[in-house]
Amino acid sequence: MELFRDAKVDWLGKKWYFLGFSLIFSVAGVLSMLFWHHLPLSVDFKGGTEVRVPFDAPPNEDHIRAALAQAGIHDAQIQRISTVMGQMGNDEMISLPASSATDQNHDAGRLAVENALHENYHDSSFGQPSVQIVGPTAGRQLQKQAAWATFFSLMGMLAYLWFRFELIYGVAAVVAVFHDTLITVGAFSLTNQEISLTVIAAILTLIGYSMNDTIVVFDRIRENLALSRREGLADVVNRSINQTLTRTVISSGLTFLTVMSLFLFGGPVLRGFSFALVVGILIGTYSSIAVAAPMLVAYQDWRKSRGKVATLPAKRARV
Amino acid sequence: MSQNLKGKTAFIVAFLVVFCYGIVGIPHGLGPAALKQALADRIKLGLDLKGGTHLVLQVHVQDAVVSATDRDVERLQDDLQKAAITGVTVGKLDPAHPETITVKGVPAAKVSDARTLMEGSDYVNYDLSSNPDGSMKLTMKPGVIRDIDTHTMTQTQEVINDRINTLGVAETTVQQYGLGDNEILVELPGISDPGQVEDAIESTSKLAVYAVVSGPYDDDQAAQTALNGVVPPDDMLVHGNATPTSVDQVFLLKRASEVEGTDFRDAQPSTDVNGRPNLTFTLTTAAGDRFFKYTSEHSKDSPDPGSMAIVLGGKVKEVASINSAIRDRGEIEGSFSKDEVDNLSLMLRTGALPASMDPVETLTVGPSLGAASIRQGVTAAIAGMLAVMAFMLFYYRAAGINADLALVLNLVILLGFMGFFGATLTLPGIAGVILTIGMGVDSNVLIFERIREELRAGKTAAAAVQQGFGHAWITIVDTHVTTIVAALILMFLGTGPVKGFAVTLTFGLLANLFTAVFVSRTIFDAILARKDRGAALSI
Repeated sequence: MELFRDAKVDWLGKKWYFLGFSLIFSVAGVLSMLFWHHLPLSVDFKGGTEVRVPFDAPPNEDHIRAALAQAGIHDAQIQRISTVMGQMGNDEMISLPASSATDQNHDAGRLAVENALHENYHDSSFGQPSVQIVGPTAGRQLQKQAAWATFFSLMGMLAYLWFRFELIYGVAAVVAVFHDTLITVGAFSLTNQEISLTVIAAILTLIGYSMNDTIVVFDRIRENLALSRREGLADVVNRSINQTLTRTVISSGLTFLTVMSLFLFGGPVLRGFSFALVVGILIGTYSSIAVAAPMLVAYQDWRKSRGKVATLPAKRARV
Repeated sequence: MSQNLKGKTAFIVAFLVVFCYGIVGIPHGLGPAALKQALADRIKLGLDLKGGTHLVLQVHVQDAVVSATDRDVERLQDDLQKAAITGVTVGKLDPAHPETITVKGVPAAKVSDARTLMEGSDYVNYDLSSNPDGSMKLTMKPGVIRDIDTHTMTQTQEVINDRINTLGVAETTVQQYGLGDNEILVELPGISDPGQVEDAIESTSKLAVYAVVSGPYDDDQAAQTALNGVVPPDDMLVHGNATPTSVDQVFLLKRASEVEGTDFRDAQPSTDVNGRPNLTFTLTTAAGDRFFKYTSEHSKDSPDPGSMAIVLGGKVKEVASINSAIRDRGEIEGSFSKDEVDNLSLMLRTGALPASMDPVETLTVGPSLGAASIRQGVTAAIAGMLAVMAFMLFYYRAAGINADLALVLNLVILLGFMGFFGATLTLPGIAGVILTIGMGVDSNVLIFERIREELRAGKTAAAAVQQGFGHAWITIVDTHVTTIVAALILMFLGTGPVKGFAVTLTFGLLANLFTAVFVSRTIFDAILARKDRGAALSI
């Protein structure tokens, strides 16, 4: 069985549709980040207290809220946690804002919540809660670290691509990856999902994966360029994409399948992580064809219009 | 060719065995329960899967500098008096700069004497300088401050370690942490009440020695009766066991302590003239003076002999008699056993935390959450793997078996790596494993698609396989290196769960490089060796 035996799609011809599609999603994401949900950060980054309480019987959120209010806690967010496949378990996540965990009194929020529930909530008992408390300094340090990690990853990959191909390939790939990250983070903002440290790990992974995908196309372009010096770059690029289309679809499809399984079965702790990958893999595959490849051709056209060298030679592959 | 093939196959099998050992060690049996036990022993689970507490404490190392300069201020005051330089005020004027001692009001005639004193060997840790207003300034040298900081961190870490051990938890971690300066990480698997942990750590600082007024009484009732129902305002009733083996007793102690935990400089077990275990200790100079006054008034030979009680965390731990007046060096005698003396000296040595601490980050995972996470992670992994394996068989027919074998081997190698390196498996780590499954197949797809292309172009099966692997190898290297770069950066800059993810991803990709190219190729070669020259390849 063959998926795309002799695909002959003119990918570069569709670049304006691609651009439009990308623009819509990027802009929607950016607008949401600026004006709507902003950037929803989880407790690791913004500090605060999160108490996850496993109740023995289905909890009543109004009663919980009343129990907390009785103890003077008014700024808590209470959310039911779904377990496998969207089923509702008996766990509640009670979040307190950053002011609940100061550097002087780290534990205040947690103790207040646990005491309030012990004293005022009588619907059912509960087991040992799981807690995450992040003081303001720790939160800030983590933000800085996440930013550096992302920056170094991108620089590392740019350097590697420059070494293996040419600078423009590296730049085109980094632009594609940046586009992917922007749309993925925008998706988090649009769906108001929290960005935690594990989500950052997922984003770094999808950067790697998107690069992965782009490189496969670039490798084929480089091989075809070496073989036929007379064809125009646009034709070579189109042919390369068509030749790798089957591999791209199957490979991304299978990785998507495993990530979907994670999203559906992996539980609520990994939900943000798997959401980032679900979006990221789709966009990462799309960007290799729709962003990175057209950029190569656009760059060459621009150089041609300036009267410089016509073809885009690529370093002969050596391993 | 077949010789090569046998060698390669043997190598692969050996590899498999070695990594299986990495996963399960040498199991006691081959039944599923025994294997599961062996697996659990080899693969370390992170806190998020096992349940436990992760606590990061910020140590305020300036406290140690403050104490050091405080002691030196007292010493300087004494020394100046002894040198008959009077009318001088010595103090630390700027709370933001605890490392600076200012000396004011030195009479002009005595300036050179004072200078000689302050440049002498007692104050070698300081640099002497003058202020514009004529007063003199001693500033602690930066090298000395750094030493104090380092020493404080090490000492704090030891104290915390000792105290954490009293909780009786296995496999605890107490180490200097990376994210900020002067932070200590404490990890306790199995204990998910952060309050319990913080109490254990903080109880160390509440160590003090009190004068015993009367006691021991059997209980509160007996004490009240003996005191006629009135506890004097200067005294307090404290529970405790005077010896580790006795039951709870009640003592009446003076409310104001004679010696605080921070006054002890050292405490060592030793033996007295009769060979019985006792304890020698050293106090700070200031505390020594106070203690001298107290002990000379209450020693064995004085008209008012007394004993002292060592109270730790609000409970009496030891009661000892005072044999003679003690200044800053003394011995504690009682009917101690060797163990009791060792414990007591440890308690006194570590009873004082050199600096205060604040928690900056707490993470606890209850046991039910941990177990649920394992279940969910493993379910997702199995579901994903089955889906991928089914597709490969369906789309690539017999070659799909090749890919599926490589996938299984991949997982074996990955888990084996984890076992060998003692890497910790976290929940994101399981996600990393799942991701490796997806990305691992990518290499196989690359190779198979290339082989199909070559076959379509008319090459023979053998040539197609060779070309397929040859061309795909370059791409595989490029793609793996870029993802490994991202993973390595995550490993260095990440902590805990994220690091676990980066580790499994890296190991998985390395395993993949091996299986997708070497193992896959060997299997293909083995298949081709059995076929006739022009026969078709099932792919």
